[in-house]
Amino acid sequence: MDGEYVDALVATAPDGIAFDDLHVTHGSDGYTFRTPDVDRSGIDEETLRTVAASPYARNWYFWHATAPQKADRWAFLRWLEGAQQRDVAERYDALADGIAATWGELHLTVSRSDGERTYGVRHRADADVGTSALDTYDDPLDAREIAKHDDDGDYRPLKTAPSLRTGWAFPELSASEFVTTVDAFYPATIANWHREREGDLDVTHWRETVDRQTGIYGVVRTWDRGDGHEHVNWVAEACCDDSQCLKRREWQYDDETDLDVDGGSGAFPCREPCSLVIAGARKWTKLEGEQSRTYEFELTPSEKEQLEDIIDAVADGEAEDIREADIYEGANRYRARFLRAKLFDDEGNLGGVETE
Amino acid sequence: MDEALVIAAHGSHLNAESSTPTYDHADTIRATGAFAEVRESFWKEEPSFREALRTVDADEVYLVPLFISEGYFTEQVIPREFRLDDWDPELWDSDGTSATHATLSAADTGQTVHYCGPAGTHDAMSDVIVQRAESVTGDPDVGEGFGLAVVGHGTERNENSAKAIQYHADRIRERGRFDEVQSLFMDEDPKVDDVADYFESDDVVVVPLFIADGFHTQEDIPEDMGLTDDYRTGYDVPTTVEGHDIWYAGAVGTEPLMADVVLERAADAGADVSAAIAQVREETGGAKPATGD
Repeated sequence: MDGEYVDALVATAPDGIAFDDLHVTHGSDGYTFRTPDVDRSGIDEETLRTVAASPYARNWYFWHATAPQKADRWAFLRWLEGAQQRDVAERYDALADGIAATWGELHLTVSRSDGERTYGVRHRADADVGTSALDTYDDPLDAREIAKHDDDGDYRPLKTAPSLRTGWAFPELSASEFVTTVDAFYPATIANWHREREGDLDVTHWRETVDRQTGIYGVVRTWDRGDGHEHVNWVAEACCDDSQCLKRREWQYDDETDLDVDGGSGAFPCREPCSLVIAGARKWTKLEGEQSRTYEFELTPSEKEQLEDIIDAVADGEAEDIREADIYEGANRYRARFLRAKLFDDEGNLGGVETE
Repeated sequence: MDEALVIAAHGSHLNAESSTPTYDHADTIRATGAFAEVRESFWKEEPSFREALRTVDADEVYLVPLFISEGYFTEQVIPREFRLDDWDPELWDSDGTSATHATLSAADTGQTVHYCGPAGTHDAMSDVIVQRAESVTGDPDVGEGFGLAVVGHGTERNENSAKAIQYHADRIRERGRFDEVQSLFMDEDPKVDDVADYFESDDVVVVPLFIADGFHTQEDIPEDMGLTDDYRTGYDVPTTVEGHDIWYAGAVGTEPLMADVVLERAADAGADVSAAIAQVREETGGAKPATGD
């Protein structure tokens, strides 16, 4: 390895190297090698080889021969080790201790030992857990299986739902394995994050997305009725909140019309309504086509509040967390069963009133 | 120049196993090293069709739909979502089962995309159906004394859906390996419910032409055929129904040899993958030449 990066540096010198405070050239008077610590010119190849045994040359070699060269993957790795904020000397000091960052629910690490960068991925909740206490993996594609189910074993149809399973680690990955792993957990997030940084994110707004729907989803195109985009606010509030998805919604109603609800605070941008949002909107398009009616039945104030509690608990995914005997909670199962026993008739009608 | 394979599959919001065959076949192909990258993409999961290409480094992409038939998904949804703006179904010049490929450019990434016909209508799919029959019976020579039912969804909305099923049933029938071959459907005649009525053979292998095991292949079809009253209680293979032993195979798309069909699609579109095809056929038990072709 030592010889390899020096060989590469010597071979590339005639083209000129200017990267991360390393400058190397080759002219008629010999080689020039310059870093913040060393400034040599007019040297021969043998001397160049000696001075090239430097973190600056190793760093140049890593970024041009080892790291994935696709622009977004490269930029992501640079972001992780803070290449824009730290010069090479600072970075190599930091890498000796390890540098960490958060990506959604992922805890990402990079460290350097024996001259090589090593990357790690685990759940952010396991950041301080000893690796021996976690299930360890070395194949990036195992992330696809880990991402499939949450800690309760339930299927996660949305990869960016904040329900990533814990208890696993990819402790020792190469640079390219690392980006593959991150991309398996959160597909396309690196690509879209990079596009956004470059001012190149192609956002497709709601109106344009629903206009191209066909088949069973074609009905979503008729969504605009009455209150126009207010309906879309409800969709975004239902689906695109931080509590449901770690992407930050960048799409709006259309080019001119922003939605009123907050898009969330995720690190990676959401550039158009996803398939879950469209599937939900299809259902709501049908439901919202109904006219409201007046039903009359009686509730005590506490019963009305209990219904509100139940809807809140289900909407926030908290129903299962309510303790079995906690009858002080409106959404407690016994409370709900009592309400059903009292208010439902044999056909399941609330207050004995038919739905019609 | 680096080339990538992108597999486009349906996926599911509800069923965790829907994507499993796609992952499995992608892994098989990835291991051959035939492509610089192999990427799964899904209509219902991530990466979505809309974003898969931007996660691929290669400038040249072979895009293979892991779908059974030509129709709505292959002609409308996939080209639209992958932003193959100059796509026109005429480019495939297909009679419903004869699509090969068309070369287009993706509007958002500029990559060259060789858009291939669906895996399900490739001739090699007939071999996978036969292999599935071998797998479920545990008999590499299964055929004599056996009937084979190729089962499709069937729908009045898309005539190509049934065409793909009939195409393979006809091809396998012509080989003469099975005593009888019949195409049956869930939603149109002849129906899979009456499977016993369509065969004289005592033993019948039933192979559903679906990519993944899910609601239809695990619940509907076994119950419709009378293998079980309740799919949750399971069923035997074979199960005797009206005097016939029914060897129910489950979704053909889970057969490992399916990876070969994906590669064949890319090869037909110009990918240099002959070594990978040989390797995959060897590894997945499809090495022997198809008989009767």
